[in-house]
Amino acid sequence: MKNFGKYILFLVSLLERREKLKTYINLTINESIKIGYDSLFIVSIVSIFMGAVTTIQTAFNLVGPLIPNYVISLVVRDMTLLELSPTIIAIVFAGKVGSNIAGELGTMRITEQIDALEVMGINSSSYLVLPKIIAALLMFPILVIISATLAIFGGYTAGVLTDVITGQEYIYGLRYEFNPFNIPFAMVKSYVFAFIVASISSFQGYYTSGGALEVGKSSTNAVTNSCIAILVADYVLAQILL
Amino acid sequence: MIEIENISKSFQDKKVLHSISGKFEKGKTNLIIGASGTGKSVLLKCLVGLLNPDKGSVLFDGRPFTESDKSTTTQIRREIGMLFQGSALFDSKNVEENIKFPLDMLTELTENEKIEKVNHCLNLVGLDKINFKMPSELSGGMKKRVGIARAIVNDSKYLFCDEPNSGLDPLTAIKIDDLILELTQKLDTTTIVVTHDMNSVIEIGEYIMFLHNGKKIWEGNNKEILKTKIKELNDFVFSNKLMKKIR
Repeated sequence: MKNFGKYILFLVSLLERREKLKTYINLTINESIKIGYDSLFIVSIVSIFMGAVTTIQTAFNLVGPLIPNYVISLVVRDMTLLELSPTIIAIVFAGKVGSNIAGELGTMRITEQIDALEVMGINSSSYLVLPKIIAALLMFPILVIISATLAIFGGYTAGVLTDVITGQEYIYGLRYEFNPFNIPFAMVKSYVFAFIVASISSFQGYYTSGGALEVGKSSTNAVTNSCIAILVADYVLAQILL
Repeated sequence: MIEIENISKSFQDKKVLHSISGKFEKGKTNLIIGASGTGKSVLLKCLVGLLNPDKGSVLFDGRPFTESDKSTTTQIRREIGMLFQGSALFDSKNVEENIKFPLDMLTELTENEKIEKVNHCLNLVGLDKINFKMPSELSGGMKKRVGIARAIVNDSKYLFCDEPNSGLDPLTAIKIDDLILELTQKLDTTTIVVTHDMNSVIEIGEYIMFLHNGKKIWEGNNKEILKTKIKELNDFVFSNKLMKKIR
């Protein structure tokens, strides 16, 4: 509870004594490149294989004489939109971006770079963390959209190449009884997860004390805590919104 | 001038600073000295606001710092330049960007004016043509000089240096000491240096405050320190063979 209170105070401190808007715009652009563009490769690889594996496994487990083939792509579509793209990619995001944020801020803390900002009269938490959170909120939903597209494409490719489903059946299944609410649901999840990863990782890194060992611990804690928070939030959002 | 009155600080149940008072004058190099673990760095952090003292006050030219609202504290902090023990240069920025950083954040100068100031400060600390080098490409002494350049670039009224020559060879350490003394006189800053280096004490100690176990037990200058009769101070000053021989 003490740590949770500290986390809330940390979030409040991001909005105090803010710098010039131009400063935040420049920093947010830089962070967006680091957080978004640099994550594109790993997100693409994970998504394509996620879709491919879902297709093959659904075909293996579900399809029989009484169940039509298009069910495969229907399952891939709903699983991708509802769960795989927002949640699995958020966990990948926590591993890549979260550990990077915690490591960067932790190193800045132990090498007194954060103290240097404070002595200059700059609100270090706002200057360093706010752009990271804004960049994560901007970039993660885009990554989720890309991920969903690639996962469905991966499923199509795997299904067609292994002859478990034809292209026409796959497209038919994608369109069959599509619930449009799944898209805003995935977007809400992506905003919540982006905030969780960026803020928890920043919090862990910002309050690092000690040396290199503690920076490593902060990175690990950032990933672990982010993953737990993502799973809890995933359940809560499903309960509330579905 | 910076005045401190009855500064006390504890961590959990361990009292680190015991009611320390003193005056650090403008245009002088003021030294806070003492053995490791005596509270020098804690006192320095209380002075610049990185730690809040449990009791006591800090006044910058008569302006209360510790009990002020955030805007006053921020205003005073913007008049402070600080050289950190490890230089604390921003890894992701080159030398020019590091020195220019306070100007970018705190002033409305044009880009040309900022670059001019950066080059002037680099010139003052005796460095040229290293504007585009990254901190990882610099030696320890160069990092300290860049750190000093960043500390003075915004026309700081108060200059704080935390162990400015730690990790440096004796020759470079003396150069850094001379540089701090020269800049203090040239820019008329109130300079406070935390050190346990006896060379610095002898070279630049115009005012010296000696801390022992978190208490101020002596103050004076670099001439008086060699004649002191206080045991703890004598043990500190004449701890090495060279100093014993000089005595």
